[in-house]
Amino acid sequence: MERHFEQELGELKERLLWMGSLAERAVHQSVQSVLESSEALAHRVVEEELAINQMQMEIDDRVLQMLALQQLMASDLRFVLAASRINADLERIGDQAVNIAQSALRVVQHPRVRPYIDLPRMSLAAESMVRDSLNALVNKDTDLAHSVMLRDDQVDHLRDQVFRELLTYMMENSSVVFPAFELILVAKNLERIADHATNIAEDVIYMVVGHDVRHHAPEQA
Amino acid sequence: MEISLKATASNQPPANSSREGVLAEPLAALLTRMKISRLNFFYSKKQALFDVNLEIAANRVTALIGPSGCGKSTLLRTMNRMYETLRNVRLEGEILLDNENLLALDVVQLRRRVGMVFQRPNPFPKSIFENVAFGLRINGYKGSLADSVEHSLKRAALWEEVKDQLHKSAYALSGGQQQRLCIARALAVDPEILLLDEPCSALDPVTTAKIEELMIELKKNYTIVIVTHNMQQAARVSDFTAFMLNGVCVEFNPTALLFTTPSDPRTESYITGRFG
Repeated sequence: MERHFEQELGELKERLLWMGSLAERAVHQSVQSVLESSEALAHRVVEEELAINQMQMEIDDRVLQMLALQQLMASDLRFVLAASRINADLERIGDQAVNIAQSALRVVQHPRVRPYIDLPRMSLAAESMVRDSLNALVNKDTDLAHSVMLRDDQVDHLRDQVFRELLTYMMENSSVVFPAFELILVAKNLERIADHATNIAEDVIYMVVGHDVRHHAPEQA
Repeated sequence: MEISLKATASNQPPANSSREGVLAEPLAALLTRMKISRLNFFYSKKQALFDVNLEIAANRVTALIGPSGCGKSTLLRTMNRMYETLRNVRLEGEILLDNENLLALDVVQLRRRVGMVFQRPNPFPKSIFENVAFGLRINGYKGSLADSVEHSLKRAALWEEVKDQLHKSAYALSGGQQQRLCIARALAVDPEILLLDEPCSALDPVTTAKIEELMIELKKNYTIVIVTHNMQQAARVSDFTAFMLNGVCVEFNPTALLFTTPSDPRTESYITGRFG
C-alpha cells in the first residue's frame, strides 16, 4: 500500500514538473515573439505567467506543509529542499520570459536592426539547458545535470558576442539604439535563464547524491 | 536576535561564520572516551551483536538508533557491563574506557565511572535528598552531602523545583521530575559517561524537551550515550549517531550527515520510514 506521505511527495514532484513545463514554454514563446515579431505570442507569455505564479505559491504551501508536518529525513528531506529552491528558479525563469516578451512588444515598433543569428542560437542553448535540467530532475540523472552546468559558459559566451555586435551597430547608427538596446536586454534575460537552469541542475545533484556543488564547491567523495 | 548596524556596515560576516563542521564534526579530531572493537555478544546461543566497532567521543552525545530488537540496548548495556546481571550471556571483543580494558575493571568502580539512567524513572522509596545522596554514601563520600546533592540537582535542572521539599518522598514528584532525579542520582558520583536507555519514552513532550535540553547542557561536562526509538530526538540532541540493524552497526556518522546524506541504503530506508 502506498503511504500517504509517498503520495504527497509524488504530487509535489508532479506540480514541480508541470511548473517546469510552463516555464519552458514561456521561454520558447517569448523568444519566438522576438524572432517572429509576434505581439500575439508576447501577450500570451504575459498572460500565462499568472499560472506559473500561482503554481509557485501552491508548491511553496506544499513544501511548508511537508516541512511542518512530516519528519523529513535523508533523500526525502533533500528532495523537498531542492523542490523549494527549484520552485523559486522556475518562477524567476517565468519572470525573465515575461521580460523578453515585453522587450518583443517594444522591439516590434521599430525596423529590424539586422537578421538574428546569435540570438536564436543563444535561445536554443538556454532552452535546452532548462529542458535538460528538468529531465535530470525527472530521471535523477546527475550526468545530465553536470552537462547543463558545463553549458552555462557557452551561453555566457554567446551573450558577450551579442553584446559586442549590437554595440557596434549602435555606434554606427544611433537610430537603432532603442531596438538594439532591447535586444541586449533579451540576451541578458536569456543568460539569466541559463543561470537558473544551472541552479536547477545543481539542486538535482544535491537532491540525488547530497553533494553541494554550488559556487564551484568541490564535490565531496 | 538583534543585528548591530555597525557589523552590517563593516560588511563583516557574523563571528565564527564558517561552513566547517556545520554538518560534520570529524570524529578523529575529538578525544575518544570509549572504544569498542570487534564486539560480539550472545544470549545463550543466540548472537545479539556482530562485530560492532564504535568510538564514543568525549563531551559529545552519541545516539544509538534502530528498530526493536536490533541490539542497541544490548550494546548500551555492554558499556557498563550491566549484562553481567543476566545468566548465560557471553561477550567477545574489546571495550576500552580511557584506554583501559573495561572488561577487567572492578565492576563497582566501572559503574561509578559509567552511570546509567533507564527507560522508566526508578527512584528509590526514599526522600529526594536520600535518592541523590545514596550513591555518595555507599562510595564513602567524605565531603558535604548537602552541597553535593544540591550540585547534582542543579546539574540535572531540578534544584529550583525541589529545593524546598528535599525531604519529601521521591514518589511525590512527576514522571519528568523523577527522571531528572535519576539523572541527578547518576551525576552525584561524578561519572565520566552517562548511559541513557530511552530516557524519554515514558514522558510527555514538554518534559521530553526539558530532558533533551538537559542532555545538551550536560555534555559540557559528561560524555553521553543515548538509546532512543525516537529518530527526531536523536537528530535533535546527538552529535554522532550509530544505526543498528540485526545486531550489526550498519552506519556510524556525525548526526547531521547521517540524517541528511546517509551512506548506507539500509540507513536511508530506515530513517525515511520505508522499513522498520
